[in-house]
Amino acid sequence: MKNKVTNAEEAVKDIQDGAVIMIGGFMACGTPENLIDALVAKNVKNLTVICNDAGLPGMGTGKLLSNGQIKKLIATHVGLNPEVAERMNTTDPERKLECELIPQGTFAEAIRAGGAGLGGVLTPTGIGTIVAENKPIITVDGKEYLLEKPLKADFALVRGSVVDTFGNIIYHGTTQTFNPMMAMAADYVICGAEKIVEVGELNPNCVVTSGILVDAVVGGAPEWKN
Amino acid sequence: MEELKTRIAKRAARELNDGDVVNLGIGLPTMVANNLPEGISIILQSENGIMGMGEKKDETDPNIVNAGAQPVSILPGGQFFDSATSFALIRGGHVDATILGALQVDEHGNLSNWIIPGKMVPGMGGAMDLVTGAKKVIVAMLHTQKGAPKILKECTLPYTALHCVDMIITEMGVMRVTEKGIVLEEIHPVYSVEDVQNATGCNLIISEHLSPMQ
Repeated sequence: MKNKVTNAEEAVKDIQDGAVIMIGGFMACGTPENLIDALVAKNVKNLTVICNDAGLPGMGTGKLLSNGQIKKLIATHVGLNPEVAERMNTTDPERKLECELIPQGTFAEAIRAGGAGLGGVLTPTGIGTIVAENKPIITVDGKEYLLEKPLKADFALVRGSVVDTFGNIIYHGTTQTFNPMMAMAADYVICGAEKIVEVGELNPNCVVTSGILVDAVVGGAPEWKN
Repeated sequence: MEELKTRIAKRAARELNDGDVVNLGIGLPTMVANNLPEGISIILQSENGIMGMGEKKDETDPNIVNAGAQPVSILPGGQFFDSATSFALIRGGHVDATILGALQVDEHGNLSNWIIPGKMVPGMGGAMDLVTGAKKVIVAMLHTQKGAPKILKECTLPYTALHCVDMIITEMGVMRVTEKGIVLEEIHPVYSVEDVQNATGCNLIISEHLSPMQ
């Protein structure tokens, strides 16, 4: 099986200005910091980032935000990184951030739909709220649901705890988060790995993300720290 | 203030049954886990991917955090999962109760707890799914915000969800949301019914069986 192990700089080389990027993790737990660092070094701008949150200041997606690389953020909760509010409210066009907030369960399902070939999902979440504005409401057996369209991306940066050289991924603890869905929903998937092993060393019963979805594997993704 | 919060958490904990799967919001609701009645044990679900969450940090695995990015542990018999599975559990009605805070609740059981336009936009996170999917939704909060009522005739802030709140527990008492309005069922002995009504922005229905807050 193809060995996809490479370095971070090489893995992100095709990411250009204006790309749509999914970033796994929840408050930076499950985010591949080594790949974020490579994107910061590459300094691509005007990114649309699809991530549960904006990380924490100096952690995860928060690094891309501070470096002024994100034009639009699609997230569920940004309260733990005050820089988001500051950039949403600024009148300085250079710092201005557009932020679209989505309920977390809808966010997860929209990404899953994007990777699963579905035209969207029907959810009761958000009915009667501003989330429902301009979205079709479909009644099934007398109950109303919002039609939420799928989310897709050009790239996904995911994090695995133990990853083989082909890209099969096992996740530990709460690092799984949105990583498995994002690995399905992006054209090019880069996995930051805490530990890399040879093909055949992973127990197939425990593999969550298939290596067929992963295009590049980069070692050295650190553990979560706060 | 801490004493009032503990009072609320203790009373909210009494609404839980042994073995319930429960998701607790950040802040005051988190205190419920440490104030359970004797003989009641619950299974904590955390929306970032834990069933069977433990309170304390696991020194051997830094990759376990709760939905507030605090290090926690997993208890024997627990499971980790991805976010789609986590919210399938929540939205699909597999969580028995959620206890969370509110900015406003109204007499129709509508909840507003995720945004103050122009001031505070943290995002809804998992709140909209939780109150839509959990079997029982309990709001546990201080009765007023700097003296201003939080229990209203109509919420003025954007909704989290409509007709979702089952119970409201504050330092002043215990209220149940019914089709006729909010019924005051228990009152803390230091307050009169008039005190509670004056701190509330809608008419309270006083239960025929009004009893002291437990």
